[in-house]
Amino acid sequence: MVDEGLKIELGKQGVFVTTIEELYNWGRRSSIWPMQFGLACCAIEMIATTMARYDIARFGAEVFRPSPRQADMMIISGTVTKRMAPQVVRLYNQMAEPKYVIAMGACAISGGPFKQGYNVLKGIDRYIPVDVHIPGCPPRPEALLQAFMTLQKKIDGQHLTGEGRPRHLDAEAQGEFPVPVPGEHDLEPASNPGVWTAPVVIR
Amino acid sequence: MTATHKLVAFESDKTRPDDWNRPQVIEPDGDAELLEVAMGPHHPSTHGVFRMDVALDGERVIRLKPVFGYLHRNHEKIAEGISYLGSMPFTDRLDYVCPLTNNWAYALAVEKLTGQAVPERAEYLRVILGELTRVQNHASSIGFLIQEMGASGTPLMYAFREREKILDLFEELTGARMMCNYMRFGGCRVDATAGWLAATRKVVEGLPGFTEEIERLLCSNEILMARTQGVGILRPDLAVNAGVTGPMLRASGVNYDIRKVDGYGVYNRFNFRVPLGDHWDVYDRFMIRLLEMRESIKILEQALKDIPAGPVMDSKAKIRGFRPKPGEAYGRIESPKGELGFYLISDGGPNPYRYRVRPPSLMNLTVLEDMAIGQNVADVVLIFGSVDIVLGEVDR
Repeated sequence: MVDEGLKIELGKQGVFVTTIEELYNWGRRSSIWPMQFGLACCAIEMIATTMARYDIARFGAEVFRPSPRQADMMIISGTVTKRMAPQVVRLYNQMAEPKYVIAMGACAISGGPFKQGYNVLKGIDRYIPVDVHIPGCPPRPEALLQAFMTLQKKIDGQHLTGEGRPRHLDAEAQGEFPVPVPGEHDLEPASNPGVWTAPVVIR
Repeated sequence: MTATHKLVAFESDKTRPDDWNRPQVIEPDGDAELLEVAMGPHHPSTHGVFRMDVALDGERVIRLKPVFGYLHRNHEKIAEGISYLGSMPFTDRLDYVCPLTNNWAYALAVEKLTGQAVPERAEYLRVILGELTRVQNHASSIGFLIQEMGASGTPLMYAFREREKILDLFEELTGARMMCNYMRFGGCRVDATAGWLAATRKVVEGLPGFTEEIERLLCSNEILMARTQGVGILRPDLAVNAGVTGPMLRASGVNYDIRKVDGYGVYNRFNFRVPLGDHWDVYDRFMIRLLEMRESIKILEQALKDIPAGPVMDSKAKIRGFRPKPGEAYGRIESPKGELGFYLISDGGPNPYRYRVRPPSLMNLTVLEDMAIGQNVADVVLIFGSVDIVLGEVDR
């Protein structure tokens, strides 16, 4: 690691010092392309975020790609129903690593106002790993930008080697996530134990 | 229905009794195999999660089957288990582009069920908010349509610029940008301040400039005309028989606007016209929305001029904890997408026995196959966009 003061001093001399890790993370965080994928109400706020007033292009994420193959980030913008959940997991599997997920809004986090509905999935994090959760119904565009900045910070802090390295650099890591299938009463399996465990109530 | 707005009885209703509701059947050229494509549920143009199973002969659509239900959120079932007031926030999330008109339709249905009066000022506020909602819905609908045509960005950016101004007004009055939850049985939740009305007047003053801008930008655009004129024709007899309402129906040349027919609220007092289409195609649907925005601006100007002082809530209004007498009521309004109705049955309990939404988007979608058959697959996206649906309302 180069000392911060030395780095500035060298910068004045016209020498740019960095690490591979920093450069790599800088490149990754500065051009995250989201997938053009709207589910419900929150999708309208997601579109509003890309428009002139909020302008997500300032963060390098204005290129919405319709194909999962070209996207780096999936914004789960709205209610995931049990009918749609297998498709969402399948789309996530089709995205190339490194890939990130933002769960936008109360429905994507937990089922939200529709939680008591028989057809609503109680949170997409039961099947795929979620990097940032945004509460709100729907969250304001500022909240989505905040989530985006949080994700960028998270990417910035990742080390390329060692325990906490990102999934795409870990040969052992789980790449494909099992796609649930409609069962008799619920989706089967009801959750993916590799990414989600039922919370334990401590009394 | 008044005499001036009578529906036409169509000749073909009598002559073709068997197949009036069936899409025409076309045969593929030659004996090549048909290509079956599932467009959706994740498709960049499907306005959410909706699937169209199309069978193609080359580029031509031979069959089209819409598949619904990817956003079924049990709205009606949940509403039957909670109080009348408890359903109000859920109505926001039906057609999430225009929550205030959903509030209005539901409030109207409950007011009919319980026989409540609404003060004059609240009626005017409802009209103002309803028409602002219509303007922002039509603006974004036009933007989405053009985006689906491939003009990625520009018209949608213009539309959202205007939409943000209107959403600011909603936020100032109701506290939320999108999920306003503003109307109550017997009035509105909070009163509008003089400052809010002044701000609204200022926004409304700017709206004609916006419609003119859109007209200059789009109406005589050669590509737009080539892509939309003569595409996706919906015959008026089929539109009437299939229960199509709203701008779709009027683009097919049928003069039916519930604001004129029912005159609910205080719409009888305003001077506005109902634009009608002549060619029944996608371009007409686009133009009707543009012209309706102009009429909405006229209504807004009149309503903002005449709005009286007074309470916004009836003094005898029952908002929560009431038990309507057993009976049924149907309240309907002209939402930006068509006839939005709420049908309620009460058995005397604190929550509705049956709660049914008549969504305009779902009824308008039923004619999708008829409009798409024989067209190119690239035009199906446009035809679908011109229906202007919101999946929250289709699947509920």
